Amino acid sequence: MRMKNIRNFCIIAHIDHGKSTLADRLLQETQTVSDRDMQDQLLDNMDLERERGITIKSHAIQMKYMHEGEEYTLNLIDTPGHVDFSYEVSRSIAACEGALLIVDASQGIEAQTISNLYLALGHDLEIIPVLNKIDLPGADPDSVAVEVIDLIGCDKEEIILASGKTGIGIDDILKAVVTRIPAPTGDPEAPLQAMIFDSVYNPFRGVEVIFRIFNGTISKGDKIKFVNTGREYEADEIGILGLNQIPQKTMSAGNVGYLISGVKVAKEIKVGDTITHIKRPCEKAIQGFENVKPMVFAGIYPVDTTEYEDLRASMEKLQLNDASLVWEPETSAALGFGFRCGFLGMLHMEIIQERLEREFDMTVITTVPSVQFRALMTNDTYQVINAPSDMPDPTKFKHIEEPFVKASIITASEYVGPVIQLCMEKRGQIKNQVYLTAERVELQFDMPLAEIVFDFFDKLKTISRGYASLDYELKGYQPSHMVRLDVMLNGEAVDALSAIVHRDKAYEWGKRLCEKLKELVPRQMFEIAIQAAIGTKIIARETVKALRKNVLAKCYGGDISRKRKLLEKQKKGKKRMRQVGNVEVPQEAFMAVLKLD
Amino acid sequence: MVQMINKELSLRKDYLQGNTQIKTIYFGGGTPSLLSDSQLDSILNTIHRNYNLAIEELTIETNPDDLSQKKLKSLKRLGFDRLSIGIQSFQEDILKFYNRAHQASESLQAISLAKDAGFSKLSIDLIYGFPNPDHRKWEQDLAIAIAQDPGHISSYCLTIEPKTALGNWADKGKFQPASEDFGAEQFEILQTAMQTSGYIQYEISNFGKEGHFAIHNTNYWRGIPYLGIGPSAHSFDGNERGANISNNNKYIESLKADKLSFEVDHLTPEDLVNEYILTSLRTIWGTDLHYLLQTYQIDLLQDKSYMIQKLNEEKLLEIDYTSLKLTTKGKLLADSIASALFI
Repeated sequence: MRMKNIRNFCIIAHIDHGKSTLADRLLQETQTVSDRDMQDQLLDNMDLERERGITIKSHAIQMKYMHEGEEYTLNLIDTPGHVDFSYEVSRSIAACEGALLIVDASQGIEAQTISNLYLALGHDLEIIPVLNKIDLPGADPDSVAVEVIDLIGCDKEEIILASGKTGIGIDDILKAVVTRIPAPTGDPEAPLQAMIFDSVYNPFRGVEVIFRIFNGTISKGDKIKFVNTGREYEADEIGILGLNQIPQKTMSAGNVGYLISGVKVAKEIKVGDTITHIKRPCEKAIQGFENVKPMVFAGIYPVDTTEYEDLRASMEKLQLNDASLVWEPETSAALGFGFRCGFLGMLHMEIIQERLEREFDMTVITTVPSVQFRALMTNDTYQVINAPSDMPDPTKFKHIEEPFVKASIITASEYVGPVIQLCMEKRGQIKNQVYLTAERVELQFDMPLAEIVFDFFDKLKTISRGYASLDYELKGYQPSHMVRLDVMLNGEAVDALSAIVHRDKAYEWGKRLCEKLKELVPRQMFEIAIQAAIGTKIIARETVKALRKNVLAKCYGGDISRKRKLLEKQKKGKKRMRQVGNVEVPQEAFMAVLKLD
Repeated sequence: MVQMINKELSLRKDYLQGNTQIKTIYFGGGTPSLLSDSQLDSILNTIHRNYNLAIEELTIETNPDDLSQKKLKSLKRLGFDRLSIGIQSFQEDILKFYNRAHQASESLQAISLAKDAGFSKLSIDLIYGFPNPDHRKWEQDLAIAIAQDPGHISSYCLTIEPKTALGNWADKGKFQPASEDFGAEQFEILQTAMQTSGYIQYEISNFGKEGHFAIHNTNYWRGIPYLGIGPSAHSFDGNERGANISNNNKYIESLKADKLSFEVDHLTPEDLVNEYILTSLRTIWGTDLHYLLQTYQIDLLQDKSYMIQKLNEEKLLEIDYTSLKLTTKGKLLADSIASALFI
């Protein structure tokens, strides 16, 4: 395929704005997929993704389209729609020349869409605005069109009206992709320069790398090198991505495809890395490569302590296809052996937890999530704090610093008050306030990441009745008065319940945590004191009274074995509880922190 | 049914290894006092013909309204020397709620008639934990019971079982069961009343005056083998517990075909130890540490030292280095404590 007949594009859309359905329509219209094979939302092929309606891992798919007697190759590069995966989005965007900006005609533009749109504009992508769901009764294409025009400065005529559901506008979109998005440029004869923008784990064939060639030509069997990792491979198989993989002998500049080179573990592949030839390498790596860093840390422990090795095996398997998951072994006095894990964000953490449960049948306890703090030590070095137990002795550091983000929130103007109040409660500082239209406002805050990763987004949704969207990017570290809050049961510290919290919030946190624990820890034979402490200072206390009565009245001939079995069964149930000193603590208690409202 | 019971008796005569002398017989589980004199006679005859007896206690469970002068005379003549009377309560409204056929006045009459008929070993059953606003009715019940001076009182807390009328009412919210604390207070009232009136709490739910402890029931708690006859009856031969089929028709059908129909549960040494702990802790004699050491090589005091010490500190358990006994407070938590001591 000649370069002038190739179009590489992606879709920028907010969750629920109908990206997946629209993508399905494009595949159907170009007969990439027969109607019979059509599974709803084809691009999201993990169960979890389909349920959540979020594309977690991006993929690419190639379509053929006839326009004015010429055949075109359209490569649709899918992008994840959650802030946890923003780096992957940036790499997908970098692989394209154009983007469909899909906006729900009844809802307008959301914060996530804007930040991805800016990314796309930053990469000089041609933007094709599409108003989707125009068939819905609540659709208001005129005022949403005004928002779009304000944002990207296009003409009203350039906006395509569409509906993924009914098929309106699908052909217009395909025509626009061919006529408005520029063909890729590049030199097929130059040294090979291809960017990895995704990878897919295949248990039989190893890791499949998804790439876009900017310059040069790659052939099956070539000796190749990944510039940033420095690893060398042989191109065992290359090909294009239809609905299935179609192997090719050679592929050159402008194309998008997959590569199989015997890589067994996902972490060998870095998204954003450059592929080149060993013999005739390119001069420069493609710009924009970053090592993805975890933002949220939490302990993951098996519910059943004997399943530690099983958990390790499961985590290793997960890591094969999820390079962004990092972990190291960790020991907790309360929970035994487990792992300290780093995640891209809370969604990523939930996904890992769910995948462990669904794909590996592991039941796990996840401890209080934490961001990465750092302590400026008295000797002016920084010490990283990924867990409360990493917190150094207060006499040994000057101060603690925490990561801050620049958060952008778009909401309806009537909710500006509550949103600002929420952000202040979360230690946010308002930086800017812009009216996008008379009804829609963009608010910008500097906020501690730690406050955002918890339940901020849920709260934001609640106070704005769903009319708020959030996007954020890391800004850097700032000094904060962080303290370690410990929880004790009958005087014994429960390390798994410790948390690093801001000093001003410690009392409230401690009080609520103690109250929550009181609900969750069942009455036992002895009274249980639940205390929250900062250092040696107790800041909150609750008491679980001792059980008054637990005795079954009758115990004669027919009752004895039945009763023993009942008690043994109850005791076995309790084994799933964790023993802290003489206190039995149910699993839910360790998650209590996540449920503080 | 009586025919089949007789058949089961003869088919299982070797269950307790033949030459063992049988010392106690207990007619219970339902309302055996409904059986006619001749039916009771035929069962007793079958027992005499097939078993080696040295009877020390022959008990029958009865309802107050079944105990006419005539019936009492017959029971005496048949050889019964101990009556267990299911009185439950002396409060008319509570009896009605429990759906009992008898009235409080019949209970008082039954006790007095039984005494007149020469039954010196009398036991009455009382239920507590009925959700009243206060404890007055329970205190009254106890006062009335004590005034009748039976040698033995068994008392159980009302339990709401699923799939019963009470259970359904509770599910539908028509009936609000008493709280754990309320039941605990009534149990404490029971313990105090019994103690001040000369009854010894020789087991969690059993109180007897000196010389009136139930021999048959005590043997259950001492791990002595027993044979249970009839639908749903349980047996224990020292290692296995058997449970007869509970469905009456199936029970009859099976025996008609000369077949015994019971499920056997083989007990491991651990099961036996746990059952011993469970039952012995409930008794005044407590858990015999030497017995566990000698019979099962289990040193409970060492194996469970932390828990035993903690229970002792909390004044739930007494240790005298030969046995473990529940304190008055500990008796309220007998199940939790037994479970904590399970091996």
